[in-house]
Amino acid sequence: MSDQSLTSSAAAPTPSNGPMLAADGTPLKKSLNRALRRQKTRALMLIAPLLIFILVTFIAPIADMLFRSVENQIVSETLPRTVVAINEWEPEETPLPPNDAFEAIYRDIFVAAEEKTHTRLGSRLNYETTGISSLFRKSGRAVDDVGERYVDAISDALPDWKGAGPWAVLGDAAHPALPGYNDAWKDFARVSTASGDDPATEKPWELLFVALAEELRAGALNEYDGPLGTELAQLSTALEPVAPVDYRAAMVEVDEDWEDPDIWATIKTYAPPFTPGYFLNAADMKYSADGIEVKQESERLYGMLFQRTLLMSLTITLATILLGYPVAFLMANLPMRISNLLMIFVLLPFWTSLLVRTSAWKVLLQQEGVINDLLVWIGLIADDGRLVMINNATGTIIAMTHILLPFMILPLYSVMQTIPPSYVRAAKSLGATNWTAFWRVYFPQSVPGIGAGSILVFIVAIGYYITPELVGGTTGVFISNRIAYHISTSLNWGLAAALGSILLVVVLILYWTYDRIVGIDNVKLG
Amino acid sequence: MAALPPYTTLGQRIWHYTFRTIVGLVLFFLIAPILVIIPLSFNAENFFTYTPGMLALDSEAYSLKHYRDFFNNSDWQQAMRNSLMIAPAATLISVGLGTLAAIGLSQSHVPFRRAIMAILISPMIVPLIISAAGMYFFYSRVGLQGTYLGVVLGHAALGIPFVIITVTATLVGFDRSLTRAAANMGANPVTTFFRVQMPLILPGVISGGLFAFITSFDEVVVVLFVGSAGQKTLPWQMFIGLREQISPTILAVATILVALSIMLLTTVELLRRRSERLRGISPG
Repeated sequence: MSDQSLTSSAAAPTPSNGPMLAADGTPLKKSLNRALRRQKTRALMLIAPLLIFILVTFIAPIADMLFRSVENQIVSETLPRTVVAINEWEPEETPLPPNDAFEAIYRDIFVAAEEKTHTRLGSRLNYETTGISSLFRKSGRAVDDVGERYVDAISDALPDWKGAGPWAVLGDAAHPALPGYNDAWKDFARVSTASGDDPATEKPWELLFVALAEELRAGALNEYDGPLGTELAQLSTALEPVAPVDYRAAMVEVDEDWEDPDIWATIKTYAPPFTPGYFLNAADMKYSADGIEVKQESERLYGMLFQRTLLMSLTITLATILLGYPVAFLMANLPMRISNLLMIFVLLPFWTSLLVRTSAWKVLLQQEGVINDLLVWIGLIADDGRLVMINNATGTIIAMTHILLPFMILPLYSVMQTIPPSYVRAAKSLGATNWTAFWRVYFPQSVPGIGAGSILVFIVAIGYYITPELVGGTTGVFISNRIAYHISTSLNWGLAAALGSILLVVVLILYWTYDRIVGIDNVKLG
Repeated sequence: MAALPPYTTLGQRIWHYTFRTIVGLVLFFLIAPILVIIPLSFNAENFFTYTPGMLALDSEAYSLKHYRDFFNNSDWQQAMRNSLMIAPAATLISVGLGTLAAIGLSQSHVPFRRAIMAILISPMIVPLIISAAGMYFFYSRVGLQGTYLGVVLGHAALGIPFVIITVTATLVGFDRSLTRAAANMGANPVTTFFRVQMPLILPGVISGGLFAFITSFDEVVVVLFVGSAGQKTLPWQMFIGLREQISPTILAVATILVALSIMLLTTVELLRRRSERLRGISPG
């Protein structure tokens, strides 16, 4: 290289104190940078497939869960007209929304009932105010009759209009003078197509009659120049003597709950596409018209569950420290040959299937199980006084302490192995008693191991699901069991997602602490 | 256990033996539950406790009927087949992608190494119930819920951190001059990888693979949510059995799984020693 730079400096007018050059004549700095960049690219190319894989199969699901915990599009999707109609309404000023809102909810529930989405919305809003689910179901059944007099008037005036033909003509024309009708037609066409029918031949909904009648009564014909003009004029005259439908009275007749301000306040509260409602619910709070309030004592659940999860995880962590410390201490102070043998006792449970260990505890702790049989046989307890050790908190704590004990022993052992025995010997030769030497010299050096093991055990414990589910009964279950319940049984996915997000944040904070104290790179297996 | 020096006092002697008894009891607590269920799986009765006949070592009281049930019951057999299909597929994905990424991560200049590492390790940190819930929501959106592919992808994601950790640990002790020497002698990068680097890091790759395998083979939560009855695995079947009607067949399955974990434990230990020998670290 130096040859090259010498020759080039001789040939070209490069000053001798100029940049150092690489073999191909480029400046060395540039050449090295290029090599470094190539190295970085190669490393990234090797990592990229896995990174993309994890992002798609793992990070995206987690993001989806976080999104679901605040997402609330169901109200604005199922009740689009109502959401617009109550947008301006202030529940504090007038207890009930304007009459437009009753017409809007009639139309929305009509469409939703045809699509069979009204029950889904009903159960969603029922999480917030009980009674909405049955209100929606009842309204979905009865809503067909609300506009009966318009249907009769139109069918009597022009019997042709009982069939699909003219409605489709009007719908296809989509004349701007009939916006309300076009809106209803769009829903009709969408729902018919979705169920595999042709909207042009499908029996028209009552809603189409009502929508058209309302347009005609409002004087839409003055600006109308589309098809079927004469028929529409005929209908307009036929509708004149018909008394207008009072939607508010009609809806209240369907179910008097429609006069309940709470119902409307709930719909208004949950109309926006995003809601803190699930998180408030997870924190035992409620989002009502008067703002955020704490739920009644009897309805609070999650605070207690989070508290229990934390308390039981702490108990389990303490139990693993108490049981694990002596084992790790002895193993670290015995000759390698013997401690390797003892290690098998720790590693075999560690490697054994979680379900095997849980089933073992289920068998052992039963009232007719091995431990109770043994205690009765020894005579410690009477046959009719068998201990209840399963399907309660005791069962969860015993089984989980057993399952998580290796997670405590392994980090403790690896820290204790690095403590030089000469320190304790020095302390003793300076006159310390055994206890002082241990407590003042050995123990402080083993604290990092306790810290690492505790955080590890605690992180794993608070997210545990399987063992509490199988041996915890009702008093020994964790927050994760509640999450599973909301996913698979109550189907309140938003609440499950909110609870999961809270748990995730707790774990990430703990993990961040673990990283600061121990470091991710020090995670060791087996 | 080394004999006590002659100058120990009585109190020290008592403490010495008490301490060992305590440790013995803890080790007993660790191992006993696993050992207790093994004889119970040979119980001739449908009980979960030792019958008087079993305690008297009467050969009549023992039988293989729970094992026969396991091998003849179509539910268990289907669960077994599913486990044996899903776990290897998930392991292949995690090991393939994980090894490549671990090699990339162990290069000297990797931009955003910490952030990338945090993302790749995250499936191990996030509680299973949260991973399972997220996957359930997301996979049902994209139509993977209730399919083999969905379960395999979920399990592969869970196994990846183990592969990354074990393989990067092996690569820390890897002597880079070996690959340079190979390149110097004219080997292209692919040959260098397969003939020089791969044999040296193979123990790490295999033990990472075993971790990934056991993670998938042992996993219930994700299968419960992402899978449907068609993808039930052995742990799923055990979980359902334990929750609903507990049958002694579960103990037979448990015993088989314990035997399997002993085999895996031995393999990992042998591989660890071999890897340390190859890398010139004396077995500790």
